[in-house]
Amino acid sequence: MDIHEYQAKEILNKFGVAIPDGALAYSPEQAAYRARELGGSKWIVKAQVHAGGRGKAGGVKICESEHEIQDATNEMFGRRLVTHQTGPEGKGIYRIYVEAAVPFEREIYLGFVLDRSSQRVMIVASSEGGMEIEEISAKKPESIVRSTVEPAVGLRDFQAREIAFALGIPSELTQQMVRTLQGCYRAFTELDATMVEINPLVITSDRRILALDAKMTFDGNALFRHPHIAELRDKSQEDPRESRAADRGLSYIGLSGNIGCIVNGAGLAMATMDTIKLAGGEPANFLDIGGGATPERVAKAFRLVNSDENVQAILVNIFAGINRCDWVAEGVVQALQANPVDVPVVVRLAGTNVEEGLKILAKSGLPIIRATSLMEAAERAVSAWKNDLSQNTRMRIVK
Amino acid sequence: MSIFLDRNTPVIIQGITGRMAQFHAKEMLEYGTNLVGGVVPGKKGETVHGVPVFDTVKQAVEATGAEASLVFVPPPFAADSIMEAADGGIRYCVCITDGIPAQDMIKVKRYMMRYPKERRMVLTGPNCAGTISPGKSLVGIMPGHIYLPGHVGIVGRSGTLGYEAAQQLKDRGIGVSTSVGIGGDPINGSSFRDILEQFENDPETHIVCLIGEIGGPQEAEAAAYIQEHMTKPVVAYIAGLTAPKGRTMGHAGAIISAFGESASEKVEILSAAGVTVAENPSVIGETIARVMQAA
Repeated sequence: MDIHEYQAKEILNKFGVAIPDGALAYSPEQAAYRARELGGSKWIVKAQVHAGGRGKAGGVKICESEHEIQDATNEMFGRRLVTHQTGPEGKGIYRIYVEAAVPFEREIYLGFVLDRSSQRVMIVASSEGGMEIEEISAKKPESIVRSTVEPAVGLRDFQAREIAFALGIPSELTQQMVRTLQGCYRAFTELDATMVEINPLVITSDRRILALDAKMTFDGNALFRHPHIAELRDKSQEDPRESRAADRGLSYIGLSGNIGCIVNGAGLAMATMDTIKLAGGEPANFLDIGGGATPERVAKAFRLVNSDENVQAILVNIFAGINRCDWVAEGVVQALQANPVDVPVVVRLAGTNVEEGLKILAKSGLPIIRATSLMEAAERAVSAWKNDLSQNTRMRIVK
Repeated sequence: MSIFLDRNTPVIIQGITGRMAQFHAKEMLEYGTNLVGGVVPGKKGETVHGVPVFDTVKQAVEATGAEASLVFVPPPFAADSIMEAADGGIRYCVCITDGIPAQDMIKVKRYMMRYPKERRMVLTGPNCAGTISPGKSLVGIMPGHIYLPGHVGIVGRSGTLGYEAAQQLKDRGIGVSTSVGIGGDPINGSSFRDILEQFENDPETHIVCLIGEIGGPQEAEAAAYIQEHMTKPVVAYIAGLTAPKGRTMGHAGAIISAFGESASEKVEILSAAGVTVAENPSVIGETIARVMQAA
């Protein structure tokens, strides 16, 4: 789960990471008022969206008067910010963080990640802050310092010092750097984060170490023990279809194609999307309804996939093991009878009692297109979509 | 004996009194698994499908000689149960639970290191379908009848995609020595490489089918192992060619966050290591049959 920059800063600050003075605003007027409260003569206004690359996309502005703040934030509020991380639909700006500008001398990159190779928390740091880590590893790979933390004893001070020295932090600031690293590590482990990123961490002109930006991502599987983190979820930053699916216990990711997918199991769902692509189509979504494929879940899935206006054909791919195909087929028929869909539906069943399952689909009288292999199902879905496109265009416009 | 399990391996289920666990306990007994007991704190003296329930793993091991354990405990408590198995003398543990916090798994992995290698428990999963050596023992939630006994070793992250492969093999009359689910989580008990090593040393396994997906370094690590150490042929399928970068595709571990983690990069790395890669999931069985004939 992602949170906003201002929330990440607030959390990290509680763990001893120093941050610039700042305040949150929900309107241009409030933003100007916040600036006056903060004092000074130069402020940064930052759109709070769950995505990186805000600066280049116009989501971060430097302002030198309350008037400028009103103008800048007036343009941001309500707009959708499109960055290289958001996709073309962008993310809505509903909160803006106003921060006192701080003159600084150096920018450092600092990241904490779950390293899957060592299966431990890894610290990634670079003296070349301000750029994204992908860019740093492409342009200045020699500047990157890595250190993994032994989980039994946590981050040791000597490790933190080693990082500070490797980054060339002035020695009178070593202790501040150690405190920053320790704070991030404690926040990471105590709150079950999966990522903490400070980019840039700066050395200010008055010799302080400050987090100018901050990003935290949390382990969705651990939110049960961090209710105050779970509360920070901001649905305005999510794809509404995905939020709806998540609230109903389905794992769904919306994509831009036309063939909707209903599959049991995450691996099989990805494989189904890939096969659609190989057959010449584009998947409209990833959807895993869970291993069991109960009739209730199949029905929910049909409602969800059919609510996507781009969907012009639906491919159902279920491997029925312990739940036999005949039982799954009954579920598909019931779901379609209760929630009729106006696009062609291809059903492919595999596993136990396939023949009985296919018979039930045939007997139902529903215009279900049947397939035996996944490749065949994908080909049929693609050709059904193409035929449907030529036949139904007019009907759809009238509707 | 196959890797991990044989006909007589005594198995317990931790969390056996739960609804799903009871259901799968029955399936396992019907398959012929030597299920000897269960563990649920506070329920000592009860029975489930005729097998006794104990308060602790140590009690269960002492009373039944259990060697393997299946963990069916809810996510907040599952890591503790795996550690209890490791401490209680279990040799092989399969964890089905989906949704264990990653930090808990980091602790589990660290905890297991406190035992010397010859006494250290092997863990597969979490978030997996389990392990089966067809005709001998089933420790998991997979439908046993889709697997014929034979000589193909299957290792994969995904449950249903693994079933797909087993079914395609069965349709061709090809059998499986052991199928191991390593699970879809970012931090897991055994890696592809660990299981490949087991298959390489297993006389019953003649060829290996590896079913991977986007996310993480384990397919690339497997490729390096295959190139340097494996004499047996390997066929692979990698799911997620159409998966967008930076999104979690169902499995907590299925997310492209670094170079080498996309499906096309993994296919390239495995191909370069001499692995035959099936280009779509419908031809996994066919590809294995072809490679077996050529070998």
